[in-house]
Amino acid sequence: MTEGTRSSATGLTISCQEVVELVTDYLEGELDDATRAELEAHLALCPGCGIYLEQMRQTIDELGHVPVESLSEQAQNDLVAAFRTFHAPGTGT
Amino acid sequence: MTADSSVRSAPRPAGADEGELLDRLRRGDETAFTTIVTGWSPMMLRVARGHVSTEASCEEIVQETWMAVIRGLDGFEGRSSLRTWVFRILTNLAKTRGVREARSVPMSSWAPADDGPTVNPNRFRPADDGYQHNWTPVGAPTPWLPGPEQSAVAGETRRLLGIALQELPERQRTVVTLRDVHGMSSDEVCATLGLSAANQRVLLHRGRARLRAVLEDYYRGAGVETS
Repeated sequence: MTEGTRSSATGLTISCQEVVELVTDYLEGELDDATRAELEAHLALCPGCGIYLEQMRQTIDELGHVPVESLSEQAQNDLVAAFRTFHAPGTGT
Repeated sequence: MTADSSVRSAPRPAGADEGELLDRLRRGDETAFTTIVTGWSPMMLRVARGHVSTEASCEEIVQETWMAVIRGLDGFEGRSSLRTWVFRILTNLAKTRGVREARSVPMSSWAPADDGPTVNPNRFRPADDGYQHNWTPVGAPTPWLPGPEQSAVAGETRRLLGIALQELPERQRTVVTLRDVHGMSSDEVCATLGLSAANQRVLLHRGRARLRAVLEDYYRGAGVETS
């Protein structure tokens, strides 16, 4: 690669610092075609950014396994009881 | 082996099953009701949290919402999806309560407040370099080994993510939790929170970037055993 082509070569018109701020728009499918092509060309050339993107995906995947808070069991049972009162067939006695 | 992304906590929007779900609920099918209470309440608690200050208030709002759903089910005309309707009731109750508690932070005014880079600028080459703004050798990310989904570290990475989520700014926390923990679509999050698509993406981006950095610190700092 020569000095002259470096700055305009496909994949090198955006920097790594720009890539890390585009990853969410990329994963959301919100980049315009030209920017997406440029970003994908950059990813093909740049191991660091490829790892960054992969780690973003890994983070998202793991978030899907983080335990969540819910209503207490008692509250849920009370709601089901209320539902039964209002909607069970044949009630109203 | 990679963790299966289908093992997510929340059911997806009902779609074609919506009519059947509604029929079952109207017939008094307790299993159907229990399923949506179990599946949707965690998301509802998170949305409520954006309006009121205490866990107890959030729980009350979610319970009140379900009571309103129980009472209103027969009158629900199905012009929106069931879930949209439930969340609209929730949001209205939460806003009312939020005003009463004087903690009204209307989500519609949620412009992304913080900006600036999500990755430390020191990790990139300076502007006068031939490869300006690209990773420095030390700054470039290195692979996480073993991957965070691997059983050796999965418990710890999920625990760290849970803590880090709680420490995110409230708006980022809500968006990331609804999107990535509960699997809500961007459209549904925008509609539920009254956010523009662009603002939603900014909050998601900043929150996810922060959480990735937390895992990176764990891998770099704690020296995960790669035996």
